[in-house]
Amino acid sequence: MVADPVLLQAVADFFPNGISRYAVGGLLVGLGTVLIYAGTGIPAGASTFLESTLSYVSDQPRFRRYVASRDWRVVFTVGIILGGLAFAATFQSGLVTSSLYEPGTTGQLYEVAGVTLWMTDVQPWRLFFGGILVGIGTRVGKGCTSGHGVCGVGSASKTSLVGVVTFLAVAIGTAQVVAALGVSP
Amino acid sequence: MTDRHPLFKPLVFVGGLVFGFGLGFSHMARPEVVLNFLTFEDLGLPFVMFGAAIVSGIAFTLLPRIRDAAPLTGDRYERRLKPFDRNVLIGGAVFGVGWGLSGICPGAAYASLGVGNVTILWALAGMFLGAYAQGYWRSRSQVRNSSATGAD
Repeated sequence: MVADPVLLQAVADFFPNGISRYAVGGLLVGLGTVLIYAGTGIPAGASTFLESTLSYVSDQPRFRRYVASRDWRVVFTVGIILGGLAFAATFQSGLVTSSLYEPGTTGQLYEVAGVTLWMTDVQPWRLFFGGILVGIGTRVGKGCTSGHGVCGVGSASKTSLVGVVTFLAVAIGTAQVVAALGVSP
Repeated sequence: MTDRHPLFKPLVFVGGLVFGFGLGFSHMARPEVVLNFLTFEDLGLPFVMFGAAIVSGIAFTLLPRIRDAAPLTGDRYERRLKPFDRNVLIGGAVFGVGWGLSGICPGAAYASLGVGNVTILWALAGMFLGAYAQGYWRSRSQVRNSSATGAD
């Protein structure tokens, strides 16, 4: 076996954590989407939950359209949260290890009842103000990374491809500017 | 929609579990890792999004040929196709600024809470606030428009 050292160096530079945790994680995200689609015919996205859940507490006409789906969307989101916790209790806690999983060094680890949990170092104001724009943009733009990025691209939807290119390009520009301004983390 | 199959919600729950586990495993539940992609320090993210899109794309293509309707709802298998208008560009750009600033998107934020990231509640609070603001504004313009032209 001959490995090209230039190629290996490029891989090491651009993929400091390898690619397997990303590829395996992506397959699982796709599998979760497919399970729901196979049983129900619904290509589920994550951001509709924001509006459908608001319909419990708001009479705004805009949110009324999600009344029929709001219950199962809560179930979907609780599943996602507990799926994250299941990951924390296994791989993140080191209870299960695999050569396909690269732990990484971001953020802070802390322990509760034997489970290793993780906390971000990214500043709350970035999360809060970024979150507001994510809440507006995903709902006005008809989808987020899962609705457009996974279900829409998986459907070869031109609308979703345009949506993904738009938010990816703008997000890259924004993150570069924020980093250049010296905001870290 | 009222009398759904008893397995409808359990299946949605299991699908969510696998989905959330994948977001944890891929580190998309960590804003730092998303920001590292956006600043070209770790190019792993497309393997998550497009890996998931390929898996769902296979199912979206094959299932309609195997069965006529989904077993738990009786709904026909259809692709996720939404009409294009300028909202896709405007919303996508606003989402892009928010994603680039925070490093978090809705599904990853839910999973982030699960991996222990209590700080992500700031992002979730922001997302609900943003979703409410656009819903409030669009509800208003919807009422205005429908009284004038009858269109959305």
